[in-house]
Amino acid sequence: MTFRIKPIMLKVAAAAWLLGATSAMADTTLEFTQWWEPELPAGSLRKIMDDFEAANPGIKVTLVSGPYAATRDQISVGAATGTLSDVVGLDGAWVNNLNAQNALADMNPMMDASKFDKAQVADIIKVDGKAVMFPVASFVYPVFVNLDLAAQAGVTKLPSTRAEFLEAAKKMTHADKNQYGWVLPLSLQSPSGVQNDMMSWVWASGQSMMADGKPALDGKPVVDMLTFVKSLNDAGTISPGIATKTEQEKVEEFVNDRVGMMVDSLAHVNLIRKRNPKLNFDIIPVPVVEGYTGKRGLPYASWGIGISAGSKHQEEAWKLVQYLMSEKVNAKLVSLANAFPGNVNAKPDFVTSDKAFGKAFEIFKTGYLANEFTGLPVAEDLMTQFDVEAQKMLAGEQSPEQAAANAQKGWTAKF
Amino acid sequence: MTRQKRSRHRLKRTVAPYLYLSPSLVIIGLLMLLPMVAVISYSFQNSAVLRRDPSFAGLKHYQAIFADPVFWASLWHTLYFTCMSVIFHMTIGMIFALMLNSDRINPTLRNILRVLYILPWLFTAVIIAVIWRLLLEPNGVVNSILMQLGIIGSKIEWFSSPETALHAVTFANIWAGYPLFMVSLLAGLQGIPKDFYEAADIDGAKAYQKLIFITIPQLMPIIISISLLDFIWTMQVFPLIWITTGGGPIYSTEVLSTYTYKLAFSSYNLSQASASAVVILLISLGLTLFYIRYQKAR
Repeated sequence: MTFRIKPIMLKVAAAAWLLGATSAMADTTLEFTQWWEPELPAGSLRKIMDDFEAANPGIKVTLVSGPYAATRDQISVGAATGTLSDVVGLDGAWVNNLNAQNALADMNPMMDASKFDKAQVADIIKVDGKAVMFPVASFVYPVFVNLDLAAQAGVTKLPSTRAEFLEAAKKMTHADKNQYGWVLPLSLQSPSGVQNDMMSWVWASGQSMMADGKPALDGKPVVDMLTFVKSLNDAGTISPGIATKTEQEKVEEFVNDRVGMMVDSLAHVNLIRKRNPKLNFDIIPVPVVEGYTGKRGLPYASWGIGISAGSKHQEEAWKLVQYLMSEKVNAKLVSLANAFPGNVNAKPDFVTSDKAFGKAFEIFKTGYLANEFTGLPVAEDLMTQFDVEAQKMLAGEQSPEQAAANAQKGWTAKF
Repeated sequence: MTRQKRSRHRLKRTVAPYLYLSPSLVIIGLLMLLPMVAVISYSFQNSAVLRRDPSFAGLKHYQAIFADPVFWASLWHTLYFTCMSVIFHMTIGMIFALMLNSDRINPTLRNILRVLYILPWLFTAVIIAVIWRLLLEPNGVVNSILMQLGIIGSKIEWFSSPETALHAVTFANIWAGYPLFMVSLLAGLQGIPKDFYEAADIDGAKAYQKLIFITIPQLMPIIISISLLDFIWTMQVFPLIWITTGGGPIYSTEVLSTYTYKLAFSSYNLSQASASAVVILLISLGLTLFYIRYQKAR
């Protein structure tokens, strides 16, 4: 019996050694968690990864994909439990919390070591001096105008200032026909309307909701914006149901000729065309305060990318980040996503083939990307607080000044 | 049989039931007790989940939520939402069950009504929320009908107005939940002996007297059991409120479940969210104990 067991044990030991040795020589497998794959044409992100693997022998990439909200929860839990994927798709609103958990690697040393040209990227998101995120693709938020409704209302010149916008919205509003000039989604379920549909007016005029890294909501820019929104509401130009309206419903109302103008993501252009091929619309920059002639801040949401601080393959992870940020690959990725590039030299193909995108790209080039919620602590919570105060203002419970002061008080407690 | 054998046999008999129960006990422990204990422990920690070395916080998070006026508003909204839902679930369920149990209604019509009345139960909370959002939106069917009938003069923003939002979500929940009562009470009604009613007929009892003195007392065990269960379940309703109003406008439909969710996934304050969850757990536990005691007493 003993004689029989010994050879078996030896074989098992040899097999285990061989397996271990083979594993040591095997490829490095990077895990890449993101929500982009389901939003891109089927198989397109995998194809980019296959190209990366071909260009970097010895590195394999496993995509961990899911919807946006599920990915956010997965990343939060991964950061807490130390199981975050090597490379992670990021939203700017998450980075502060993730950095507080020491979950994200500082990419500064990696950039220095690889002599990465920082000038080629549109933005580097830093928290406490650490470079934690690059926006890979940016979805800008211009104003969409229904040209048929504008023409019927006698709006011949598309608005470029807030006063002109208010006038145009008034002209386009016919409540008896369920037709309104503007739509404002302030659902608390997803308070991103605060960022995209309200603060965008502040950033468009080169203004800020912050001062020295602290909230400045009680300052003139935000109070003026709130006063402007209130004037639109008082004039009855905003489509009803503001407090529970979601972004999706906003787009549906625009698609169905029920609102004349909306601030919305450029990523929705194809969706709008698909839902109503006959809709005649144009894209304009978010109107500015009277007399402003400087560069316009263009609100945006982004697909960001970062590296896990706990990754054992940071060198390989950095190679993947570099690859996605490189001019050609970035152009390919953003062309698939109908987004604007994270690499300033990349030119997506849709800007030459599509008039609307071409115009938006011009707006993009002449302005600058602006989203002050990126990197703020508990960004979504801040939006919720501002949302509640804005709702109180629109319900007539408080003035714009009071709304701004109350929001400021709430925000200050979070900093 | 020797003494040793006898004591081994006794030990086997004592241990055997626990061995049979052990798979269930392990599953209950892993899936129910462990998460519960974890949440309770998080409520006493600073930066729970978010930090690997959370410090002890004592009752700090409980003090914070009890000092928050939104928490008390949520508690009040939860109680209103739950009480109104249970009362109307019971009333509508009873009316429909009596209707379906009545011999005065044509059997074919009764079968059609049986299918129609049970329909809300077939929809998931998400579908119910979408249906009512569409029906009650300012340009929706409900406003259109009410305006045509001259009942309202202008469009009402049912979910978007702080005055109507809580009533609107409660209404949607009432619509979604009455079939549970209806089905349970119908089963109960069919179990009441006919002799009781025949004896009451001989005594000259009127319909309402038969309802008060025979039907309701006979159904009382079912009414109390289902009411308690409905109370516990309704208190925890989340998707319907989240999808219809998100707890707004302002805080007018904020309930304990949405309040807790926002603390956890909007503020990332998982310690306070755990404290709030423990409060919900304690309320539910109190009701559950009441339910168990009632069941035992029966």
